[in-house]
Amino acid sequence: MLSFAVTAGAASALDLLAWSPPGWGATLVAGLWNTILIALGAYALGLLIGVAGAFGKLYGGPILKDLLAVYTTLVRAVPELVLLLLIYFAARDALNNLLNIYGYGPIEFSGVAAGIVVLGVVQGAYSTEVLRGAILSVPAGQIEAARAMGMSPMLLARRVTLPLMTSAAVPGLANLWLTVTKDTALLAVIGFIELTKATSLAAGTTKSFLTFYLAAGILYLLLSLVSGVIFGRIERWARRGQRNAGGGGI
Amino acid sequence: MKDFLKPHRLVMIGIALALILFCAWKLNWSWLPDYLHLIPLAIWRTIWITVVTMSLGMIFAIMLGFAQAAGPAYLSVPARIYCSIIRGTPLLLQLWLLYYGLGSLFPQFPWIRDSFMWPILRQAWPYAVLALTMSVAGYEGEVMRGAFKGVAGGQLEAARAMGMPRFTAFRRIWLPQALFRALPTIGGETVLQMKSTPLVATITVVDIYSLAKRVTQDTFIVYEPLLILAVVYMVMAGLIVLLFRWLENRIPSRTA
Amino acid sequence: MKKTIFAVAVAMTFGTAALAEPLKIGIAAEPYPPFASPDAAGNWVGWEVDFINAVCAAGEMECVITPVAWEGIIPSLTGGQIDAIMASMSITEERMKTIDFSDKYYNTPTMIVTAKGSGLTPDAAGMAGKIIGVQVSTIHEAYAQAHFPDAAEIKTYQTTDEGFQDLAAGRVDASQADSIAIDAFMSSDAGKACCEVIGAVADDPAILGAGVGVGLRKGEDELKAKFNAAIAKVIADGTYETISKPYFASSIYGG
Repeated sequence: MLSFAVTAGAASALDLLAWSPPGWGATLVAGLWNTILIALGAYALGLLIGVAGAFGKLYGGPILKDLLAVYTTLVRAVPELVLLLLIYFAARDALNNLLNIYGYGPIEFSGVAAGIVVLGVVQGAYSTEVLRGAILSVPAGQIEAARAMGMSPMLLARRVTLPLMTSAAVPGLANLWLTVTKDTALLAVIGFIELTKATSLAAGTTKSFLTFYLAAGILYLLLSLVSGVIFGRIERWARRGQRNAGGGGI
Repeated sequence: MKDFLKPHRLVMIGIALALILFCAWKLNWSWLPDYLHLIPLAIWRTIWITVVTMSLGMIFAIMLGFAQAAGPAYLSVPARIYCSIIRGTPLLLQLWLLYYGLGSLFPQFPWIRDSFMWPILRQAWPYAVLALTMSVAGYEGEVMRGAFKGVAGGQLEAARAMGMPRFTAFRRIWLPQALFRALPTIGGETVLQMKSTPLVATITVVDIYSLAKRVTQDTFIVYEPLLILAVVYMVMAGLIVLLFRWLENRIPSRTA
Repeated sequence: MKKTIFAVAVAMTFGTAALAEPLKIGIAAEPYPPFASPDAAGNWVGWEVDFINAVCAAGEMECVITPVAWEGIIPSLTGGQIDAIMASMSITEERMKTIDFSDKYYNTPTMIVTAKGSGLTPDAAGMAGKIIGVQVSTIHEAYAQAHFPDAAEIKTYQTTDEGFQDLAAGRVDASQADSIAIDAFMSSDAGKACCEVIGAVADDPAILGAGVGVGLRKGEDELKAKFNAAIAKVIADGTYETISKPYFASSIYGG
């Protein structure tokens, strides 16, 4: 009796997840695609801000250092959801007010763009800390030797700092990628159609909550597993030519 | 203190104070008197959710971490799978899965309503506590795994050599040392946990975030409640950081 | 060089003003059957969607339906992200402090639905000590908070569907919502199995409002006149009935 109910349930669940309507499979995958797009954009923006922020914190003037410290502390102390709402409404309004002064109409922020900006700003703070730690871990002797040999700062950054920093930064950056893919779920609260919101819509319309939330969970898991594999490869590539760390356990 | 108050810092502090005063004067605070009495309870809710889920979650995290670090395969593999699943899916999804997913099963099993569990299953906060505890256990399990592995093996061998029973060795050497190693990370994770509490507003638990949303909905004032909310969270984050700094100072460290 | 840039900027300003931009009509991103809900292909369908298309055709306006989170829909209107709200938003005095409304285009009573055989009455006495579910940021939430002070708890949900879901699950004793939304729920299997409608609540025009209208920014009198004319035309030439027939047995225009 129970097995019959279970198989009947499974059959109808597969119907609901079918690709073409009335199955919701295509909508979920479209939501997943949006999730990946926003995550990629936000991650890239976060990296750009992070590089600038890390260099600013290490080599900038005192005012710049303090401003960056305020930025990273604020972002790490306030929940992403609150930051999302603040940046989404405040940034939009500020930008539109600015444009109004010059006589342009309000810009329409597509959901993707807004999500990327918001999450990118948040990621930027965390990236700054990761990259700063990674740069600090580059052995000072290498940099001094390069300077002693007369390398220009650009050459120094390109040949010594960046390669050594990358291998130290990759684990932290991998964590940040996983964080940003899951933070896209928060955009559901401002109504943007990424995977979690698409799932909530499908579940609400069809009342099959368990089916859709489980399906979304599986999709997110797939995303994180694939990401883990890719970042493992990246870490191996970044560590090429270095001695094997982490030997000698007890 | 004199080091901290360099000239440019004084200027920046001055600007910040001026900004705060400007906000206090110019922005719309007319809603405060109506909602002031609701704020302490909402803040208390946020605090106790953080404290309870962190404590319960750490207990499970210790078990999960230890299972992965030192356990046999039939314990370490499920522990690893559990941590991977929790860390691979968004917390919002886990919350909704537990609350609405389980809730959709209730009509199919009418006998649940007559059971003794019903008063608990009916309310929203048990699901919030459960989801957040599971999340803490998943993330901190990873941290504790690294911490357990990182304790110097020599200490454990010495304990065995002195004839200490295995559980005593765990209790007096392995566990405390692992906790000390992990304490800074756990402090950071506690702040992260506190920052995930707003999500429980989506399953009808009234915390400080939910209260701020309610003010916006009733009065259509958008920024002021969010700013107060941000300040509240910053203060709580600061308190957590101070608490963990104090704990770290109490860890015995060798001076020899 | 500077002159060219200035000239281009001026041209762009006037250029964009000359282009007729389509009107962005905001609907709630949360499903609200039978008025607006997404189908499996992701398109929004429902009575309100059909009505929006009819009004835009009657008013000769080019409209783009833009889903926005219900909680943020009024700030989106005042911020300029959308130009009108047609999301079953009731005309209330509280909302009229911030935005303007067109004439109403439907008006349906507010009802309470409870578990079968609950024996509750839709008034303060009946709701005392009970848990009530409402959608967040709606007139129902405001009404429940004002009129049912003795309720054990008023739980707020992001969508009406989630509220009904919890009613079916037994987590709330009663749900207050618009009668049409309740009808949609009661015609589903879950609704028929679990629940019954116990009646309409006592009217309170200040909170429940005077029907549903198009939300507009304050000061946009020209747009308001356009919408009013279009709504009147849709009702007068019978399009209103044609749209409503597949969804409702009788007219929802209300008194």
